[in-house]
Amino acid sequence: MKLTLKIWRQKNFDTKGSIVNYEIDNISPDMSFLEMLDVLNADLILRDEDPVSFDHDCREGICGSCSLFINGQAHGPDRRITTCQLHMRKFKDGDTIYIEPFRAKAFPVIKDLVVDRSAFDRIQQSGGYISINTSGNTQDANSIPINKDDADDAFDAATCIGCGACVATCKNSSAMLFVGAKVSQYSLLPQGQTEASRRVTNMVNQMDLEGFGNCSNTGACEVECPKGISLDNIARMNRELIRASINK
Amino acid sequence: MKNFLFTSIGKKVSMALSAIFLMIFLLQHFLINITSVFSESLFNWLSHFMGTNPLVQFILQPVLIAGVIFHFVMGFYLEIQNRRATKYEYQKERGGANSTWMSRNMIWSGLVILSFLVLHFIDFWIPEMNYKYVEFLPDDPDRYYEELVHKFENPFRVSLYCASFVLLALHLLHGFSSALKSMGTNKSYASSVKNLSLVYSIGIPAGFCFIAIFHYIFH
Repeated sequence: MKLTLKIWRQKNFDTKGSIVNYEIDNISPDMSFLEMLDVLNADLILRDEDPVSFDHDCREGICGSCSLFINGQAHGPDRRITTCQLHMRKFKDGDTIYIEPFRAKAFPVIKDLVVDRSAFDRIQQSGGYISINTSGNTQDANSIPINKDDADDAFDAATCIGCGACVATCKNSSAMLFVGAKVSQYSLLPQGQTEASRRVTNMVNQMDLEGFGNCSNTGACEVECPKGISLDNIARMNRELIRASINK
Repeated sequence: MKNFLFTSIGKKVSMALSAIFLMIFLLQHFLINITSVFSESLFNWLSHFMGTNPLVQFILQPVLIAGVIFHFVMGFYLEIQNRRATKYEYQKERGGANSTWMSRNMIWSGLVILSFLVLHFIDFWIPEMNYKYVEFLPDDPDRYYEELVHKFENPFRVSLYCASFVLLALHLLHGFSSALKSMGTNKSYASSVKNLSLVYSIGIPAGFCFIAIFHYIFH
């Protein structure tokens, strides 16, 4: 395959970026999208040019490291996959592909296609955990009966890998799908009930502090989420915060 | 609770509450107006009641105006906040691949509705206030039907009203279910919310269009 790549290049956070065109040849349809970028970078290095920086780690859709806004969509044109799971057979010979970093004020560009998603870490640190004694007396989780529907919903919420596609896709750069999933995965289970009020209050406050936008329920985040996290998690977070504010 | 109202979710919930309040008002406005199609006397009686009842005039009406102003001001405020949060535009973006036009353009459909409200106030509300509280004209319980029919003699006004109702329908098609989601409705009600949203969002604006066209054709 022969492709034209329009890639966002930006030296660092303080400099202004722009789209740079690259022509690339001999791309196999069986390559993953990231392997295609590896080929481009190998070319650039041979030409003594600065390779394109992009995030990646596990390359099997689990770690949430890879990002990229490809041809106007987070993680590219396919559904329920991360960029590392996207294959070049989804494109045609001669295509032009736009590759941009996830854009949000709360996700500043570090270099080229790499953005700083540590805002998510700070939200997690503000309440995305349960406090239990792990000094050897830990109760077996299976000894606590849990409604099957709740267990399923909690597990679905817990599949969020924190990639940030929801923020990148949202026209308001809202992080509510991420925070909603993290709130839900604990609040649905008995182990998470004790700290439920404090958790949702702290996580929402931290989300607001980070500068994410407001949710207007467009549903774009749900569609583009590689793990199919549902908007129901946002509604649950809203209920949790309303309840926490009333019971204060 | 005070802190809650200043969180992003608190703002979203207050926006949803004002939307639900306005939708309830719109329903009662429609139910009164539709009577003009089949009973001149009933329409006059209802309009006279609404126009002279002190509870409606001096409590509900100011609350309604406050609700309208709050909804618009909050809408603009959130839009500005959201634009600041996005910071950059993508070079290529396919919004249509994952969301509806209505959900992405609430601010624009809202602006059209705001412009319509200005026209509607000039057409009906300001003359009514002038009649009652400026010129202190004598009470006439039978004037409302004639005033309504007279306004819809002009085809340009009827077209403008109908075009605004189309935008209102688009605004409601996203706004109705969005308001209920913001209030945290459980997913078990999703199907009922969707159906109710469709019936309300298309039914009410279509009904208002019908009233305007009916009076234009038959009078």
